[in-house]
Amino acid sequence: MSGLVLKDISKRFGSFTAVSHVDISVPHGTFVCMLGPSGCGKTTLLRMIAGLDEPSEGAILLDGADITPIPTHKRNLGMVFQSLALFPHLNVAENIAYPLRIRGVAKEDQKKRVDELLQMIHLQGYGERPVSKLSGGQRQRVAIARALALSPKLFLLDEPLSALDAKLREAMQVELRQLQQRLGITTIVVTHDQREAMTMADTVVVMNGGEIRQAASPVDIYRNPADTFVADFIGSTNLLEMSADSAGRATILGKPMAGLKLPTGLAKASVSIRPEDLHLTAPGGDAIDGTVTFIRDLGGTIETFIDVSGQSIVAVSTPRARPEVSVGQKVGVVLPDEACVVLKR
Amino acid sequence: MKREPPRTLADYGPLFFPATMLTVFFVVPFGTMIAVSFFQRQQGGFYTPAFVWSNYERFLSVFFGNVLGFSLMLAITVAICCVVLALPFTYCLTRMSRRAQVLWLVGLLSVLSLSEVIIGFAWSTLFSRTAGITNLLVAIGIMDAPRALYPGFGAVLTGMVYQAFPYTVLVLFPALVRLDPTLTEAARTLGSSPLRAFFNVVVPALRNTIVATLIMVFIFALGSYLLPQILGRPQHWTLSVLITDQAIYQSNMPFAAAMAVFLVLVTLALVSLTLFIGRKGEVA
Repeated sequence: MSGLVLKDISKRFGSFTAVSHVDISVPHGTFVCMLGPSGCGKTTLLRMIAGLDEPSEGAILLDGADITPIPTHKRNLGMVFQSLALFPHLNVAENIAYPLRIRGVAKEDQKKRVDELLQMIHLQGYGERPVSKLSGGQRQRVAIARALALSPKLFLLDEPLSALDAKLREAMQVELRQLQQRLGITTIVVTHDQREAMTMADTVVVMNGGEIRQAASPVDIYRNPADTFVADFIGSTNLLEMSADSAGRATILGKPMAGLKLPTGLAKASVSIRPEDLHLTAPGGDAIDGTVTFIRDLGGTIETFIDVSGQSIVAVSTPRARPEVSVGQKVGVVLPDEACVVLKR
Repeated sequence: MKREPPRTLADYGPLFFPATMLTVFFVVPFGTMIAVSFFQRQQGGFYTPAFVWSNYERFLSVFFGNVLGFSLMLAITVAICCVVLALPFTYCLTRMSRRAQVLWLVGLLSVLSLSEVIIGFAWSTLFSRTAGITNLLVAIGIMDAPRALYPGFGAVLTGMVYQAFPYTVLVLFPALVRLDPTLTEAARTLGSSPLRAFFNVVVPALRNTIVATLIMVFIFALGSYLLPQILGRPQHWTLSVLITDQAIYQSNMPFAAAMAVFLVLVTLALVSLTLFIGRKGEVA
């Protein structure tokens, strides 16, 4: 298979297991985001793909060939580090030309390629500047151009946008995704920012505790999370307890849910429901009754916090569908069956 | 952080102590030395105030020229050897575990506690025919017969490098610790072997530190006058040895002072030249 395949990769540092039995295949030309809280093993996994760390177990295959024993400098990959790691003693053009110089590319060809890359990152005429005289976003682009100078087979980025301010980060996410689609290069980005992952990735790989919890498309991850960790980590959600009543029917917060079933053999489960899928109505009837405790009006969206027998539930609505409620008012919360995702606890 | 420039006399307060120390223990003795270098020597060990150039004229001979040349060459060689040995060593040291680093640094610091005399005699024993390291080589069958490795240039160089090595490591250590380890990793992902990455990323990124260290070891080695006498032959004696000889054994203070002034001037000229070249390289 063309592309990158990780087979049963594990990494232990002493008695600590950073990555445990990871299996993924990344088809050629796809954009993968490794997402997870800090310490979940995503960076270690990326470093093993780059050859900077050696896996304790397992194999890494690139286009069918086992690259596990191949040292970093022979793997033909481009990597952007969190610190960017631009060489302080070289100017912009020399930084970008560094991999070309190492490979012994002729001087004229080096110059041509550097001009091409400077154009690609919209920094024409910046070649002679020292890297210390660039802004954060410009440095970011230089690091990307340098990593792509040799048209590598794999493009790896370790928290590449974390040093930028929010506005610039959003712009760079779009730019990075467009660049990747234009070049058709297999790309793996490590990030802890789920918005970043949703913006850029074909496939989001959610990791926690050194294990992959779910690998799927962004929409799939959002709509059908595999477990409570993924549901909670991606976006915001309401995690409610579901249990069986005396007649064996599924109930949530005391209300029977006719359209939902507990997983077979389990008396309890969790239900994840996104705040935008909740409806607020008058109390009584089929709705779950609660009290409004707080309203956060953000202009674009309105978040209503409702207390249902000690459990806090959030509902999000747009200004057009603004719920006519105020703090302290009794309301009914409707959970549409199709929006509820039943998860094992 | 931007600081206000000092305005009142009290703002300069913290400078008084170092300024006084520098005046009393450096400016005044150095001024005295310059003055003495122009005095007239009296046979019998003393000198009378005068203004004569004869002390400097005597120095301008082939013999002293050679000694000066040898001293500079020895100091430069020691500086280069120290940096060439200490840079990879310190680089590896910064990548070791905390515990290993502490052990190595304590060991190096203990070398600093040894006096020049002890270092000199220890090496003269190690290099001797009767008790030296060649006996070990004979024992394991590499050499046929034990041999004296001193006096000689190699022995002087070894002793001085041994003495200056801990200083070199201690000066390089902070800069190497601060060096971003992802720089070499980035170089590796860009196709550089680890060895190549060391030479075209670590060394250039540390250029200013390396130049500063070279100058420090050079000046340190220039002042050495015991090791060349213990481990070398008379042709390996440095200008510092001759200055000591003139000042203490020949009682010719004016001539010794003239040589010392000359040595300081040549050193300053060399250091400025190095810095000037370094500055130019930075602009390019």
